[in-house]
Amino acid sequence: MVSRFFVFLLIAGVGAIFAALLAGYVPDHELNLTARYYAENTVRDTGAANIVAAIVVTYRGLDTLGEVTVLFLTAAIVGLVLAGSQHQGTHRREVPVSGELLVTGARLLVPLILLLGVYVFVNGHLTPGGGFQGGAILASAILLLLLADPVREFSHRLISAIESTSGLIFVGIGGLGILYAGGFLDNRILPLGTLGELFSAGAIPVIYSFIGLKVGAEFSSMLVDLSETEEP
Amino acid sequence: MSHIFTYMSLLLGAAMIVAGLMSVWAKRSLPIVILSSGLVSLLASIQFLLLAAPDVAMTEAAIGSGLTTFLFFFVLNRVRRGTHHG
Amino acid sequence: MEYIALATGFILILIGLFGALTNRNILRMIVSFTVADTGVNLVIIAVGYMRGRAAPIIDAAVAAADTVARVIDPVPQALVLTAIVIGVGVTALMLAYAYKLYEKKHTLDISKFTELKW
Repeated sequence: MVSRFFVFLLIAGVGAIFAALLAGYVPDHELNLTARYYAENTVRDTGAANIVAAIVVTYRGLDTLGEVTVLFLTAAIVGLVLAGSQHQGTHRREVPVSGELLVTGARLLVPLILLLGVYVFVNGHLTPGGGFQGGAILASAILLLLLADPVREFSHRLISAIESTSGLIFVGIGGLGILYAGGFLDNRILPLGTLGELFSAGAIPVIYSFIGLKVGAEFSSMLVDLSETEEP
Repeated sequence: MSHIFTYMSLLLGAAMIVAGLMSVWAKRSLPIVILSSGLVSLLASIQFLLLAAPDVAMTEAAIGSGLTTFLFFFVLNRVRRGTHHG
Repeated sequence: MEYIALATGFILILIGLFGALTNRNILRMIVSFTVADTGVNLVIIAVGYMRGRAAPIIDAAVAAADTVARVIDPVPQALVLTAIVIGVGVTALMLAYAYKLYEKKHTLDISKFTELKW
């Protein structure tokens, strides 16, 4: 292990740099050029009320494509690394039956949580929310199912089918943007509509929905892989 | 009105630092360490809301405080079960 | 208020760094990385905050015409959104590797893994 003296020296050095940064920090009073462009032109260009959603999906949509790719790689590598230590199918372990409250509560709550997740990513262009938050809420519904019934078999094929189809459609919509509108992932392939309606902002709700499904499927597959590992 | 926000930020900052120290230094048990990191994420999501970033607050609460803590507890469970049997 | 959030973020980064360097248990090291990650995100959002302005969402509080005068910087929030999701992906990867290491040697103490030392 690294000796304690060098650790303290490193922490003191980095702490001195941070203290210098904090002392010299002057907050802005006006928006800088990039933020001013985004604040002025978001409604006219994309028709979305949530400026952060418009940046993530259309203005900097290529970064979102990169992030979705990184998540896909993560889910695939977790599945690959844990492949050698998973159940052999018919091996049932003895777990105590989950309590009545958990089982009945899960049966009641899982559809509501799924509904909340879908609401969050369908309304991503109007209110705070979007694909990533909605996907995480979907994955927490799957987690509740896992906790209530630990020996339940989840169909890996269904989860990976949802994930790959959503990713393919996401890139397909981006390609449609090249054919019919300004560029990759341009949202003007669908009409912009009026500000504040559900069916507005072009293709942003559609893109966000597929991102939400893909992210939800990826987190679920990570959780299911981790829960299926066999005891050594 | 902004005084309330300043005091809340101060309180949240102090609580975050205490939870962070607990997650690094708690000698006794691993579940306390994992729960302290979940607490840091939760308090950070409230601080994000005070800093006028509702999207980020929702993401941090759902992903940082929810999924990460569960991932840790899954792996801890597998490791513990192996330690008791082997 | 942004100074408080900045200072908290910096201190969380230092705490996470300290924990990652001095703990021996692999799971504790991963928890320290998570705490440092949260600190970095806090610093980035605190830099984008401007006093007296509202969140970058156009609704009843902020009309579409005067967003330039009423709204804070939306770019750090878009960056941190990506960073949080990738942070949890990296944590899941680290946990999968930790579990595989545990399967090999049945210990989570990092000083016992000495194959790469000369």
